Formats: sequence, C-alpha cells, structure tokens
Amino acid sequence: MSSVPVAAQTAGTGAARAAARRRNAGKNVGGTQRRPRWVTYTILGVALLVSVFPLYFTLILGSSTPDEISRSALPQLLPDASLFDRFADVMSSDAINFWKAAFNSVVISVVTAASVVLFSTLAGFSFAKLRFRGRGPLLVFVIATMAVPTQLGVIPLYILMSDIGWIGKLQAVIVPALVTAFGVFWMTQYLGEALPYELIEAARVDGASMFRTFWSIALPAARPAAAMLGLFTFVQQWTNFFWPSIVLNQNNPTLPLVVRSLQSNYFVDYSLVMAGVFLVTLPLIVIFLFTGRQLVAGIMQGAVKG
Amino acid sequence: MAVLTPTQPPPGLEGPTERTPRRVGLTQRLSRWDVKVSPYLYISPFFVLFAITGLFPLVYTAVVSVYDWNLLGGQGDFVGLQNYTDVLAQPTFWKSLRNTLSIFVLSSVPQVIVAITIAALLDQNLRAATFWRMGVLLPYVVAPVAVSMIFGRLFADQYGLINELLGVVGIEPIRWHADTFASHVAISSMVNFRWTGYNALIFLAAMQAVPRELYEAAIIDGAGRVRQFFSVTVPQIRATIIFVVITSTIGGLQIFDEPRMFDAQGLGGADRQWMTTVLYLYDVAWGNQKNFGRAAAVAWLLFLIILAIGMVNFLVTRRISTSSTRPGPSRRARRHVRSRRRAGAGRAMAVRPPAAGDNAAVPMPSSTDRRKR
Repeated sequence: MSSVPVAAQTAGTGAARAAARRRNAGKNVGGTQRRPRWVTYTILGVALLVSVFPLYFTLILGSSTPDEISRSALPQLLPDASLFDRFADVMSSDAINFWKAAFNSVVISVVTAASVVLFSTLAGFSFAKLRFRGRGPLLVFVIATMAVPTQLGVIPLYILMSDIGWIGKLQAVIVPALVTAFGVFWMTQYLGEALPYELIEAARVDGASMFRTFWSIALPAARPAAAMLGLFTFVQQWTNFFWPSIVLNQNNPTLPLVVRSLQSNYFVDYSLVMAGVFLVTLPLIVIFLFTGRQLVAGIMQGAVKG
Repeated sequence: MAVLTPTQPPPGLEGPTERTPRRVGLTQRLSRWDVKVSPYLYISPFFVLFAITGLFPLVYTAVVSVYDWNLLGGQGDFVGLQNYTDVLAQPTFWKSLRNTLSIFVLSSVPQVIVAITIAALLDQNLRAATFWRMGVLLPYVVAPVAVSMIFGRLFADQYGLINELLGVVGIEPIRWHADTFASHVAISSMVNFRWTGYNALIFLAAMQAVPRELYEAAIIDGAGRVRQFFSVTVPQIRATIIFVVITSTIGGLQIFDEPRMFDAQGLGGADRQWMTTVLYLYDVAWGNQKNFGRAAAVAWLLFLIILAIGMVNFLVTRRISTSSTRPGPSRRARRHVRSRRRAGAGRAMAVRPPAAGDNAAVPMPSSTDRRKR
C-alpha cells in the first residue's frame, strides 16, 4: 500500500509509523484479509450518498426559482447556470454583509487556530517534558475541564464583554477561543510520545534556554499533531454559531450568521438561502478535499492514543 | 554568556580564579530560574485565559442567578432563589427539558448503532480505504447551521422531499414541523448526519486495536462473521462506546444550532414543540424576557442535570469496564483494552470539539455539535 510514504510526507514520520503499526496489526489474520464482497461496497456507497446528497440538494434548490421550489420537492435533477446568478445575488445583497462576514470568518478561524496551536504546544511541551511542582494535579484539571459545559457560562461572559465594550466586535469571539483544554491535552499526549528526552537534554547541554529548546526542538517535533489541531480548530470556529450569534450582530457578522439572516430577513427565498448555504460551506469542502486524509488520521489517532 | 557577565572586575584586583566561579554562579542562577519558572510560564496562557473566559463565567452564573438582573437594566436586587422557583414554575422550561432529552436519545442511540456498523464495514481490507473514510467524514465540515437549513427543506411539511418519498411507498405525509415527535426526529437526523461518520472513525480506530488473536480463536471455535462481531468486536470496543456516549451526552444536552434554525422564527415552533433548554435559555436572556437572572438559573439547572447524568455515566462506565477486564483472554489483550480505554477517553473528548466554540474553552461539549460528536 502506498499510504506509508504518503503518511510520512503529509503527517510526519510519527503518524506514518503509527499507520504502519496499525496496518501490520491487521495483517496476520485470515478473517480480515480477504477482500470484502459487493454487499460491503453497496452499503458504504449508500452511506456516501447520504453524505453527499444534502450538498447536491443545495445546488439543485439554488438553481431553481422560488416558485418551482414551492411546487416540487426536487425541481430538477442537475444544477444549471442560474446557480451562479444566485451566488452573485448572495454576494451583492444589501441585506447581508457577505464579504464582511467572509472576512470575519477567515480572521476568526485563522487567528484562533494559530493561537490554539501555539499555546497548546507550549503547555503540552511543559506538561509532557518538564518537571515542576503541581504538574499532575494541573494536568488532571485540564482534562477535567474538557468535560465542563462552559457554554453554560454565556450570561456572565456576555456581561463581561458588554462591560469592556466588546459587544459586536470580533475580539469578543476570538479571545474566549484562544485556548482549548482539548488542545493542551492533545499536544501533551503527542509530545509525550514523539519528543525524546535525549533531544531536549542535548539542546540544554548545548546551552539553549528553555524557550529556545521549545522553539527549535519541541515545536518542529509537534508539527504533525499541530497541523491536525489547527485544522480541527479552524473547522470548529468556521461552523461556530451559538456564541457569535449572541455577541455579534448583522453589521459585523460571521458566515453562519449570514445564513441565519438569509432565512429570517427575507420573505424566505429558498433558492437564495440554499445558494448562500452552499457558499458558506464551500471553503471548508475545498479544505476538506486537500486535508481530509489528515482529519481522518487525526480522529483515528486521538481514538487509539496510548 | 558574555552578555550575562557585564561586570568585568578590573584586571589585577581579582585573579581569574575569582572570576570564573562568579560567572558560573550568575549563569547558573539564571538558568535555574529559567528551569523553575518556564514550565509555569508555558502553561499560564491556557490557565489564565480559561479562568477568565471559561471558569469565571460558569461560576459567576450562580451569582447572577440569585439577582434580579436584566439585559438592559443591569444588576438589580438580591432575590434569593426567586429566579429558580420562577423557572421551575414555567411549563416551557419543563417542555424544553423533555424536548432536549427526547432529541438527545433519538440522536445518540441510532447514531452509535449506525456508526459501529459503518466502522465494522470500514474495518475490512477495502479498496480505496481512505476514500471511504473521507466520504463518511464529509458531513463533519458542513456547519450545523447549514445542515439545519438543508434538512429544514428536506423535512418540509409540504412538498418536502422526505414526504414525497414516503408518499411513493404509500405513507401519509408527516407534519415534520407541526408534530412534536416528528420534529424531534427531524432535528435528531441533522445531528446524526453530521456526527455519525465522525464517530464511525473513532470506532474504526478502536476496532483496529482489537488483538487479532481473538478473531483467530473465534474462527477456530467456528464463529461466523456476525458472531465474531457481537462476541469479539463489540465487547472489545465497549470502553470506546461508553466514552462516545458520555461526550455525546455533554454536547447533546446543549443542542442549540439545529433547533434554532429549523424554522424562520427560531423559537422552537408555534407550540415550543422543539424548543430545547439552551434555546430556552437564549430566549429568556436575549429574546422577549431579557431576564439574565432567570436565564442564569436555567443555565445552572442545566449544568446540574448534565453533571448528574455525567456522574451516572461515570459510575456505569467504571462498573462495566472493571467487569470487562476480568475475563480478559490474555495479558496482552488486557493491556490493549486498558490502553484503548485510556485513549478512548481522551479521544472522545477531543473529538467533539465543540463546535460550540462557544466559549471555546471547552472543546467538546460545546454546543451542538458536540454532541455527538
């Protein structure tokens, strides 16, 4: 299978080794060795169809007129060129700030992804490789906070944002998302395995400061896991709706908020709404096509770590 | 080093023998300080930001809940438990709890079953394995808001595609928005759409860690594929199943995006038939009432419920996982189970980064997504 070198290139040698180990683990038995029959492919094909259908459906409705939509469940079978007119309508609509929302979504997603990766790697390096008093309890605290429904703190958080005048501003969404307990836990796990103590010692012996050790040794070693973490954070923020819908408004929205106002501001024109839904989803689909392999690997690695 | 020793004593006064220990002393002191302080410095961004934007608001919710506090008027008088009794006396609150639990059950149970089935199919020597894995993960990148808009059309009461298809097989159109249970099914299907593939990959990873000797032994004992699945695979990935269920609980009970977008009003339907508790919280705080005190009481009550359900989950988990290690077939297998369990826990959390994002601090539970996530 060609996936080993690919994994090594795209996800780093650590991931490649893990993948090889997993594959070899499955090699020795007859049961799973033989190629599955057509039944398996048929069922998976149906699952794939279910995955793709809603996206196809947005393109169909986006190509139809509101009148057609109100009279038929599936007005046509293939999207047509009128779809692009609807895209243009969404982008130029006065009722929504499409470009501003797109810009805001990019800023929020990129900044939080970068920040989560940096701070998580920093904390993960400390937890995984440095000795200090209170390390154990603090790490337990981090893990415990992953199970805390912080979403329920929205009211004081809103009061806080309002007191400092951040309502309607991007930093109200960005600042609470700058760190995640999951990120810290994830990087701690990864660096614990991927970064040998010998490397750190060598750097220290050569006179590197702690920060230099982090920057030149730990950060490069963390690259594969950091890429996955950044990806997950990006997707999470891009699709985030609850908190932005509370703290931002129509004058300074993100893309999910634009979808909301497409539905509520108009006498609902589903053709336009679906064109908007597709536009909002498109960037993530493009990213997914290029990085889906890493997302899959990230989910699966997280599941079997240890 | 040179920088660290700027104070060069005039030559002659002190011999080099004096100077050398001094220099080492300073460097050492600095470096010891570096070693001591750096670990705390590196973890501090997380703790400081989390304390301000995650922990403090959560705790302060309890404070807000005992005051008369409005969106516009700000903090008012201390009212004790008045907000709680008000909330508990509201039929809408109880309705929202019922809806939340109903949607949660409808989304988690079928989802886990389907995800395990898909994982079992993926856990074979497939052609183009990565293609299929990516295929089932695709819905994960579609925002819940978008999913809800799309499914809102698919489940339209009139001329919706689902009803048309049901009509083909002779079933009367279902009122997906008007009917309580039907609306729960529709909303659950959105959650399931987005998270089933994601969870299938988690289960797939757990399945790949099952020691292959167990299958060999089962085959020798004459077990067929189905028997192998139920007697080997399922018991071996039980820990992962439990963790997925726990994380879905935390997220599922906070579902918001999907019910909010299911119709144009976003308030859970004419009769509040699909209003969930977080949607109710939102409505109390930023909708008509603009009553922060009462909304905080709702948040705190929901928090206690999530905590209680989490505890039950935890106790059940512990019981099940202790008993599952007992009949372990071999030391190696047991080790696998243990490590998988550990991993499962981590993953589960991870996984569900909440889309919630909301506060972001906690990835998983976040909102809606999470759920299932």
